[in-house]
Parts: sequence; C-alpha cells; structure tokens
Amino acid sequence: MITVLFAHPYPDRSRANSRLLKAISDLDQLEIRSLYERYPTFDIDVEAEQTALRVSHTIVWQHPMYWYSVPGLLKHWFDKVLVRGFAYGEGGVHLLGKRCLWVTTTGGDLTAFTSGGLHAHSFSSFVPAIEQTARFCGMEWLAPIIVHGAHKISDAALDNHALNYRNLLQSLGR
Amino acid sequence: MGEGSLVVDNLVYLTAAVICVPIAARLKLGSVLGYLAAGCIIGPFGLDLTKDPQATLHFAEFGVVLMLFVIGLELDIKHLMKLRRPIFRGGTVQMLACSIPLFVFFFVIRLPWEAALVASIALGLSSTAVAMQTMAERKLANTGLGKTGFALLLFQDIAAIPLIAVVPMMASAEVSGDSGWLVAGKALAAVVLVVLIGRFLTRPLLRIVAQTGLREIFMGFTLLLVLGIALLMAASGVSMALGAFLAGVLLASSEYRHALETDIQPFKGLLMGLFFIAVGMSIDFGLLIEQPLVVLGLLGAFSFIKLGMLRWIAGPLEIPAKQRWLFAALLAQGGEFAFVVFGVARTASVLPAPWDGLLTLTVALSMALTPVWLIAHDRFLTKRNENQRDADTIEDDSASVIIAGFGRFGQIVGRLLLASGVKATVLDHDPDQIDLLRKFGFRVYYGDATRLDLLHAAGAAKAKVFVLAIDDPDTSVALVDTLLEAFPGLKIVARARNVPHYYELRNRGVDIVERETFESALVVGRAALSALGVGKYEANERANRFRRMNIGMLERMLPHMADEKRRVEMAKNAMNELERQFAHDMRTLSEHGDLSWHNPTYSRD
Repeated sequence: MITVLFAHPYPDRSRANSRLLKAISDLDQLEIRSLYERYPTFDIDVEAEQTALRVSHTIVWQHPMYWYSVPGLLKHWFDKVLVRGFAYGEGGVHLLGKRCLWVTTTGGDLTAFTSGGLHAHSFSSFVPAIEQTARFCGMEWLAPIIVHGAHKISDAALDNHALNYRNLLQSLGR
Repeated sequence: MGEGSLVVDNLVYLTAAVICVPIAARLKLGSVLGYLAAGCIIGPFGLDLTKDPQATLHFAEFGVVLMLFVIGLELDIKHLMKLRRPIFRGGTVQMLACSIPLFVFFFVIRLPWEAALVASIALGLSSTAVAMQTMAERKLANTGLGKTGFALLLFQDIAAIPLIAVVPMMASAEVSGDSGWLVAGKALAAVVLVVLIGRFLTRPLLRIVAQTGLREIFMGFTLLLVLGIALLMAASGVSMALGAFLAGVLLASSEYRHALETDIQPFKGLLMGLFFIAVGMSIDFGLLIEQPLVVLGLLGAFSFIKLGMLRWIAGPLEIPAKQRWLFAALLAQGGEFAFVVFGVARTASVLPAPWDGLLTLTVALSMALTPVWLIAHDRFLTKRNENQRDADTIEDDSASVIIAGFGRFGQIVGRLLLASGVKATVLDHDPDQIDLLRKFGFRVYYGDATRLDLLHAAGAAKAKVFVLAIDDPDTSVALVDTLLEAFPGLKIVARARNVPHYYELRNRGVDIVERETFESALVVGRAALSALGVGKYEANERANRFRRMNIGMLERMLPHMADEKRRVEMAKNAMNELERQFAHDMRTLSEHGDLSWHNPTYSRD
C-alpha cells in the first residue's frame, strides 16, 4: 500500500498539484489522504493516520512549498503523527525501512534559488529539514520530485512530471 | 385562652426577638444570648407578657427537631461512617470525663445516689441548639473543632434516649407501665420504620410532589415529613430530634437535599429562636432571688467542672491547639435534654423537690453563660493565639463548577467537564431529568436555580465557574442579576437564547456569552459550502471569518443598544458591511488562488 499525504489548503484552485495528483489517483494499492479536506479545523485523528502509515510500504508527502517548508497542516501532522513510540524512540519502529517520497511544487524557477536570486540559496539547501524528518524515522529517502515555477510551467512539462510521478509509484507498488 | 392570645403571644415573641437579637448581634454577643434575653424580658419574671412558657418550650422543641433534620441532610451515610470513631470514642470519653466528676460533686453535696447519677449524666450533655447555632455563626462547621463538636453532640443525642427511657425505671415505687424491653423494642421498631420510610417511600413521594411544581406544597410536604417522623419517634419513646436526624441522613444523598434544606431553613431559624426565648422565659428568677448562693454555687461548680474537663480532653480528642478553649466554652453549657430528663426524673420522684428546680435553673443559666465564655475567650485568648495558626482544616467538598440548567444544552457541557475529570454540581428543576441523570453518576440537585439560598447551598460562594445553561431568557437574566450581586467573584459562562438575550447578558457584564444555535448553524453552513464543492478547509475559513465578523458586529453595537433607532440603522449597515466583506473575500481569494511569492500581487521586486 502507498499512502499519499496531500497537503493543499485550496486544492480546487491548484493547477500543478491537482494535475500531479490526478495522474496517480487511479493506481491500485494507493490511498490519497487530503489533509486539508480531512482535518479542516486541524483536528488530526492521530490513530487513523498512524494506522494508514502502518499498512503502507511507501509514504508520499505532496504539497506546494510554503515559506521554504511544508504547509502548516502538514507540519502539524508531523508534530502529532510522527511521535515517540510510533515513529522513533522506544517502540517507534513503525516507519522503519519504509520508503519516503517527497513531491513538491514551487512558485519560482531555478534562477530564484541561487545565491543572487530571490531566495538567496539553492533549492537543495531547503531540503535537509524535510529529508531528515524522514530519515530520523528510519525511512529510506527517495529522490524527490520537484516542480519549479508551477504557475508558469507549460502543460507539456507538467504532464512530463506527472508521468514520472506515476511511473515511479507504479514501479514502487510492484 | 382564645385564638386572640395565640396571635398576641406571637406578636410578643416576634417583637422581643426583633428588638433583642439585633442588639445582641451588634454587641457581638451572638443571637442565642439575644433570644435568651428576649425570653427573660417577656417572661414571668420580666414583663410577664405571655401565659405559658412550658407550652411554648414544648412547641419550640420542633426548632431543635428541624435543626437536627437539617444537620442530618448535610451528612450522608458515607460521611457518617467516617465519623463513627469520633462519635463513639469521643462521645464516650466526653460523657465519662464530665459526668464522673459531676457525680462525685453531687454525691459530696449529699444528693441521693440515684439523683446524683441522673443529674450528673444529664448535665454531662451539652446543648446541641446553642453549640450548633454558635458554630454555624462562627463558621466552624468544617474545622476540626466543628467536626468533633458535632460528633460529641450527636453521641449525646443518642445517649439521651436510653437515659430518658431508664430514669422512670429507677423510681422504686411507681414504675410506668412499659418494661425496659418493651421500650427498647418499640424504639427499635420505630427506627426501622423510619429507615424504611426514608429509603423507599420518601423519594418517590418527593418526586411526585416536586412534579406539581408548587413550591409551597413541596415545603409543606417537607415539614409534614419531618414532623411526622419526629412524632412517630416520640410516640415510641425515642427522641424526636434523633428521629428527624435519621430522616435527614436518609435523604442526604437524594437529589432533593438542597431544596429540602432551603425550604426548612427559615422554619428552623425561627423555631430555634423561639426555643431560646422559651428557655429564657422558663428561667426561675424566684429561685435565684431566694437562694442566690446555692444557685451561683451550683452554676460555678458545674461550669468549673465542665469547662475544665472539656479543656482537658480537647487534646486527646485531637482538637487543634488553638481551638481547645473555644471547644470547652462551646460545649460547657447544660443541654435541652437536661430539661426533659429533669422533668421525667421529677415525675418519677428520682430527683427530690428543690433540686429539680435548682438544676433546671442551673442549666438555663449555663446556656446564658455560653456567650459570656465565648466573649471571654475572644477577649483574652484569641490575640495570644493569633500567630500560631493551625493548618487549614476547612474541607472544601463543593464542586468548582456549577451548571444551572441541565437540558440538552447543559448536558453536553456537563459531560465534557465530567469526561475531563471535573465534577460539576448541577441544578435543574425537572424531576424526571434528574432521576435519569443520577443513574449516570452526576451530582444533580433539584431546585429553582434563581434562589439565592439554593445557590448558597450548592456552594456558589466557593465555586469558580458558573455555567448558565438555562433555556428561558428571563430566568437566565434574573439569575445573572442574583449572581453578580451575591457572588461578584464568580466567573459566568452563559448560554444565550438569541441576539436580544445575548445583549441582555453582555450589557450586564457577562463576558462569555454563546448563542445556543450559532456554532451548530456555522457547522451546517460549512457542510453546505463543502457540499457545493468548496474545499473543507476553505469552508472552515469562511465560517471562521463569518464568526469573527458577526461577533465583531454584535460587540460594536453593544454600546448603542439603549437607542433602538440607532440599533436598526447599525443592523442595516452591518449587513452592508458583511456583503462588502464577502465580495472582498471572493475577489481576493480568486485573485490569489495560490499564496505564492511569484504571483504578481505578492511579488517583492
């Protein structure tokens, strides 16, 4: 089972993320959990989330980048779901050896993520916090799928990303 | 004596009480001394305004009966079991410690031994009426002294029964008809009967009476219950007071406890007053004038022995060091049972002629001395002890939350609190509801929550939070007025029926007011939005924004609520404002679909 944790507060107004999501939504043995739909008041059902993770071999975090990180609800999900005794610490073995795929979209193109650009740092310098979250829980960190310039990206380029995404999950599912 | 004289007597009693008690209270002498003084003034040795002090005393004993009933109500069986050690151990110690020296004293002054025995035991008893009244006035009931004192008084009430039963049998010549066994059997049967009535009959009856919703009938039934049980006990030779106490204990765990207590309270107070007046009237000053030395000698010796012995046993009885003299002063007087015992002893000719009068006078005077001892204690001992304050022994058994109104709304509040480990005291006026909820372990009490006395009984003075969940706006507002005046420190969390009710509450300064349908309507609105395809998170955001807007509008209008024209105008403007706000929301949200830096409107360069 693959669990996709999708975190977008306004999914119906998202172009890139909904197209990516659509590309994988018909795969077998895959569950999409839209966090902002499930927990609009941030009242996360921790038990249900952990159960979903237990039965999965691959966990996907898909979201637009907000302030160099995950949207608030996904961060809250980290805080509430990935707790000691489940994700790490004594007895926290439930994510051990599982694969983690990070799928994210950014507004700026690659030139914004340079030392002279808008964000003053390369994109890779914003990855470690997310990556280490997965690694701390004992998960295997897969090469992430990053869609830059999500507002301006052409349909063809976006479809290309979507197909990559689909093929990757399909191969992992087998 | 015609009907007129009864009215005149009552007029005299009430006038005397109304004049004397406030004076005594103002002089900090306590109400008991005021009543006693009133009795002396109107009695046969004062103005001689009334006819029959003995009959009055007899009638006024119902005051003691009602007091014991109320005391019983405040104790439940569990509490009583906890007290059984102080009752029996402490009670025995006190009776022996006081009665043995008194017996020796009477024997030395050459009373016949039977008379000395009866007199010493009777004088070992203290006055429940005087001591409890004083302890209540001084708010000692929940202190170490109060608890021990109460236990001793209770033991005395129990001990008085065999005493009154046995005295006639001590008379060698004319024994009354019943044998000792028969007396005991009858007493036991009466107690069993009272337990059965209290356990199985009273609660259903109270429920039926409560359902009528007529308060005076509920009150009448309460009085009927207490007096009925008291007379039943009296008829079988047990003290009326003990019967009433038993009835009280049996009803202590019932949901009607507070209602019973508050309904009985005024009768109790008045009859107690009458009792003290009657005691004052029955003081035989003639005897005091004829044999002043004998009377004063008796009073002095009695007070010396009893004060000394009580002070001596206060330590072993675990009375806090600071309260030991107070304990002695409170219990040093002779009790009302002594009057009864002496009366019985006289008829049975156990107590020879001058002694019954002398001892009765001694007891009455010793009651009058109690306030004097207390004043002396306050004057000479309080200051010295000020610095060595004992550990706080006040036991707070009241809940920190009171919920008024336990219908559909209050229940949810109560269940949430209970689930969080907070036990609330619940007030409701629907007997059916109460029965159901009690099954689920709630502490639910029956009564009209707007009554100040009931609020006091429910512990509003000690509670932190008052949840006002009553559905009727008028009642709710009236209750708020009462609460704000009587318990200004209490935090009120209120349910409002509608917007006018919201304003009524807010204008009175209640900070937390929630319209009963507002939140649930927002939830339904949210669900409708998301059913139309709006994302759930966004629907929630819209509901939140609506809430903020709406409450902001209500609060802005608050100062203008007095002026109706202005109110209507503001309401109109508020609608416009809301419309504008919504249009604004729609525009901005569709423009900034994604909150991105690279969207033109957010661009930084």
